[in-house]
Amino acid sequence: MTEPNHDLVATPSQTVGPFFHLGLTEHENPGKMAGSAAQGEHIRLAIRVLDGEGAGVPDAMIELWQADANGKYNHPEDHQEKTSDPAFQGFGRMPTSKDGVAIFETVRPGRVPGIEGALQAPHINVHVFSRGILRHMSTRIYFDREPANTEDAVLGMVPAARRETLIAHADAHTPGTWNIDFRLCGDRETVFFDA
Amino acid sequence: MKTFGKIPPGSQPERRYPGYVSTALRNPREPLISLPQTLSEVTGPVYGHGPMGETDNDLTKHGAEEPQGERIIVSGRVLDEGGRPLRNTLVEIWQANAAGRYRHVVDNHPAPIDPNFMGAGRTLTDDEGRYSFTSIKPGPYPWRNHYNAWRPAHIHFSLLGTSFLSRLVTQMYFPGDPLFAYDPILQSIPDQRAQQRLISTFDLENSKPEWALAYRFDIVLRGRDATPFENKR
Repeated sequence: MTEPNHDLVATPSQTVGPFFHLGLTEHENPGKMAGSAAQGEHIRLAIRVLDGEGAGVPDAMIELWQADANGKYNHPEDHQEKTSDPAFQGFGRMPTSKDGVAIFETVRPGRVPGIEGALQAPHINVHVFSRGILRHMSTRIYFDREPANTEDAVLGMVPAARRETLIAHADAHTPGTWNIDFRLCGDRETVFFDA
Repeated sequence: MKTFGKIPPGSQPERRYPGYVSTALRNPREPLISLPQTLSEVTGPVYGHGPMGETDNDLTKHGAEEPQGERIIVSGRVLDEGGRPLRNTLVEIWQANAAGRYRHVVDNHPAPIDPNFMGAGRTLTDDEGRYSFTSIKPGPYPWRNHYNAWRPAHIHFSLLGTSFLSRLVTQMYFPGDPLFAYDPILQSIPDQRAQQRLISTFDLENSKPEWALAYRFDIVLRGRDATPFENKR
């Protein structure tokens, strides 16, 4: 076997374009991440994507990746001595509606280890794709009134005035539904990360 | 835990690129905040995709009859930044038909729909990280970004890789396309060498006599298998 090349550079990203549904979202119902038997608090997460003029983005695609209710990622790099919940899949993918909304059925994630083993607050990892986005954007969703938010190292790196952009809020009328807006640009712009 | 190197400057597109008009309202003005690589970043969806159908990677077999156009084979390897093959990795593609028309409700380009071409496929890489698709060569199409704007012919690729950080959505182009210089989506990548990585190469070796020409497109995802290597200092 030949020695691997140490200097390979990652292939450039290009926009997902307006027609991604053909290849990426027409197969299944990938917004349903939690089966009825999944452990933990079941939630409906409604994400609204807004452009720099405050208009809903009707042709975005959202991907979520999260731990199960016990704080375990279903992945070989998660060496915690916990068993993954078989009724839960940590990945979800949904196109936005004409109003810019993508809805996921999931569970509130447990806490996972972060920097130097300190536990992170419950959060969901997010990628945003759309026409006009040449490199997908990464952000996180945290939960309002979660006591652990104050000790989360990543939230702590975000300027206090902008933390609110990462917080989902319980819907005032529909129990179990959580809402968050992603503002891609401009006023109250969502914090996006680079890792 | 695996770690991921920094992305070399110029090797990825500019997020806000004036030549591509719709980047202006859909990309942040604030700088990105640098995130530590925790378990949340180095894990990702590696399980759970359904089994592949026998013809999922042959886009010429999804209609009642053969689609119109030039039959092609597109193959290559999926590697990490350390040059190691990524096995059992899902590769998803979608594309326009030979006339440059997508089978999609929002595509109103007045070119014919081909009833025998759906334009989507998927496959898993083998133990050497190899994948292969059979399809038809997509046509260029107009897109109204600027006067007389045409996209070079391309195939969209989507790969999840081994972690949240290795996620890649990109487009593969065909060699020698005269539209490259006029395409802001390709030109948004500052480094010319990086642009070249998206242009497939003609592949006589994998072409099938009396059947189809072949193109080769290798893909490198972020991340590397850290175990056998020491830090080079």
